[in-house]
Amino acid sequence: MSPKELRADGFKTLEQFIKQFEDKESALIKVLYEAQHIFGYLSKEVMLFIADKLEVPASKIYGVVTFYSYFTTEPKGRCQIKVCMGTACFVRGADQLSRQLENQLKLKMGETSDDLKYSLDSLRCVGACGLAPVVLVNDKVYGKVEVDDISKIIQDSEV
Amino acid sequence: MVSLSINGTHVEVPEGSTILDAARKLEIHIPTLCHLDLHDIKMVNQSATCRVCMVEIAGRRALAPACATPVTPGMEVRTHTPRVINARRVVVELILSNHPKDCLTCQKNSHCELQALAAELSIHEISYAGEMTHHRTDASSPALVREMDKCVLCRRCETMCNQVQTVNVLSGVYRGFNTTVATAFNMPLADSACVSCGQCVAVCPTAALSEVNNVPKLWSLLADPNKYVIVQTAPAVRAALGESFGLPVGQAVTGKMVTALRMLGFDKVFDTNFAADLTIMEEAAELIHRLKHGGKLPILTSCCPGWVKFFEHQFSDMLDVPSTCKSPQQMFGAVAKTYMAKQLGIEPERLSVVSVMPCLAKKYESGRAELNVDGLPEVDLVITTRELAKMIREAGITFNTLHDEQFDQLMGESTGAAVIFGASGGVLEAALRTAYEWLTGKNLEHVEFGMLHGIKGIKEATIPIGDLNVRVAVASGLGNARRLLSDIRAGKAHYHAIEIMACPGGCIDGGGQPYHHGNIHILEKRTQALFNEDKGKRLRKSHENPAIQKLYADFLGEPYSALAKKLLHTTYVKRRKL
Repeated sequence: MSPKELRADGFKTLEQFIKQFEDKESALIKVLYEAQHIFGYLSKEVMLFIADKLEVPASKIYGVVTFYSYFTTEPKGRCQIKVCMGTACFVRGADQLSRQLENQLKLKMGETSDDLKYSLDSLRCVGACGLAPVVLVNDKVYGKVEVDDISKIIQDSEV
Repeated sequence: MVSLSINGTHVEVPEGSTILDAARKLEIHIPTLCHLDLHDIKMVNQSATCRVCMVEIAGRRALAPACATPVTPGMEVRTHTPRVINARRVVVELILSNHPKDCLTCQKNSHCELQALAAELSIHEISYAGEMTHHRTDASSPALVREMDKCVLCRRCETMCNQVQTVNVLSGVYRGFNTTVATAFNMPLADSACVSCGQCVAVCPTAALSEVNNVPKLWSLLADPNKYVIVQTAPAVRAALGESFGLPVGQAVTGKMVTALRMLGFDKVFDTNFAADLTIMEEAAELIHRLKHGGKLPILTSCCPGWVKFFEHQFSDMLDVPSTCKSPQQMFGAVAKTYMAKQLGIEPERLSVVSVMPCLAKKYESGRAELNVDGLPEVDLVITTRELAKMIREAGITFNTLHDEQFDQLMGESTGAAVIFGASGGVLEAALRTAYEWLTGKNLEHVEFGMLHGIKGIKEATIPIGDLNVRVAVASGLGNARRLLSDIRAGKAHYHAIEIMACPGGCIDGGGQPYHHGNIHILEKRTQALFNEDKGKRLRKSHENPAIQKLYADFLGEPYSALAKKLLHTTYVKRRKL
């Protein structure tokens, strides 16, 4: 499918998803989650679409989207690399991992590469403190990561 | 009832009351900042974000916010232990540590609730220094300015905009230290569905939200020897201006206001009430036209620019329902720059029309492109009641001892029907007074329709006019208007005529009036002041105004004539719901 068709298809899927909810207002977070899953990020167009379909003010949607760090209003890379900055990970050297990732990917925390290949972010505790420090690549969790492991993790993520 | 003690004094309050409610019953003062309870208009801001109202409760380890903690039986509350006093001080110092300290030059100087609180708690130093938030000032709106560096995140504006007015343009965005109140996508306010009602400004405790200040522009205009500057004053202004000078609430100061305006240097001092009478002539004629020719019903009043913009955004499928009448402010300008300019022998280009309004939306309205006379804006500059008070003070005029003067002739005469435009229900009552006589040909003896008065959100009545039972409704506050309009759209409600005002209680509660600081009783007294003015008038029906009769005889022809339609009626624009 062309990008245009993909987009149209995405909106169709999202509308179907929204239709299942009786109580539209309380469905907001679930719908935003699904929308981000479909489009990769929440554009203004997508937020306005949701505002219209759920009959929720756009201002409220913008408030929710900017409140939760999970939601993003910018396109993200195909490989989303996230470093846990929770207390346990932090004391076990998560900041050194971050610096290593920043150097190797030539990105700052929170940035996405121009070719939309990588995004680099930090996140709060993922609840895997026993594995600290933790790095996530999309849905894959790397535990007890050391600085020297970073090149390998980046290599793996390219597959 | 729940029985508890505060500072050792026993008190009983209804279940569900807060500690703050109970303390107020005992006349024990607990300082607050974010809290705002406007019972009568059903607005309660109970976000408990500021933590200023902390109190100590026996048996509880942590202090509790009095505004949001419900009372429980046997509760023992202490409101001013050293621990409480210290906690409040810390809280206010922390708020101030991230607040600009330019009080001397701030718009809100001496009207700011944060400033008053700092004084009340004797804050003389701020022990904390740290990062400050920096937000861009949004001056895109012609009516109000958002200076979010001055925001204390009380959330009153959000509650007002979303819950009371249902305009829904403001929301808390981001989190933690970056939290701020913003529009969707941080768009400029001017691009949003904001209707400029200014109710957010009316409840903002600081200068985070304030009116666009037109005072400097007006001083320049008054100093310009090439300009002939005339002023019109809206009815609600006279009912509240005195408050700015410490006069009793509800004392109308019409005569003093006229004197002060002349002293400020206006060439003529006129009354928007003149144009209110004119509005009634046109609106009653339009209503009768719709009744007789099977036109669209109900007719909705259109004098409130906040309401007009609201329906353009939210009910853009119903643009044929509102009356096409321009607002009195704009009718005044249209007549001034044609008829009056000719009568006085002044070129319209040299004439400046200034309005004193209780309203922020009027600032926006005066800039609407379609409201012009041959390319000249009908109204050149709008100031609010608050701005007029500032000018009077700047000029060193001792307002309270001024003698009373009369409005100038030509566009200064008005009837009692016009003065009640400033209170909810007044426009409809004024229209009924005229429509009744025109439809029946009989004299209306009892001119007051008491069931339409008061600040209740929605009022309804059926009024027999000849063989017709006219069903009318009055809504003030845009949330109430939305409810009424939604019912009409759904075919659930049927009326002949509806009056709508954006601000709860009507113009007396406009966004440009002296701050009520949560004392909603002020609104009732202002309302009473207007109805009293009406009672004192010899003429109480718009069509009896001799100056209006002369205007039609000499210039307009008759109500709803071709010239009247061209000058005094307008069209509406479909707008995005955002």
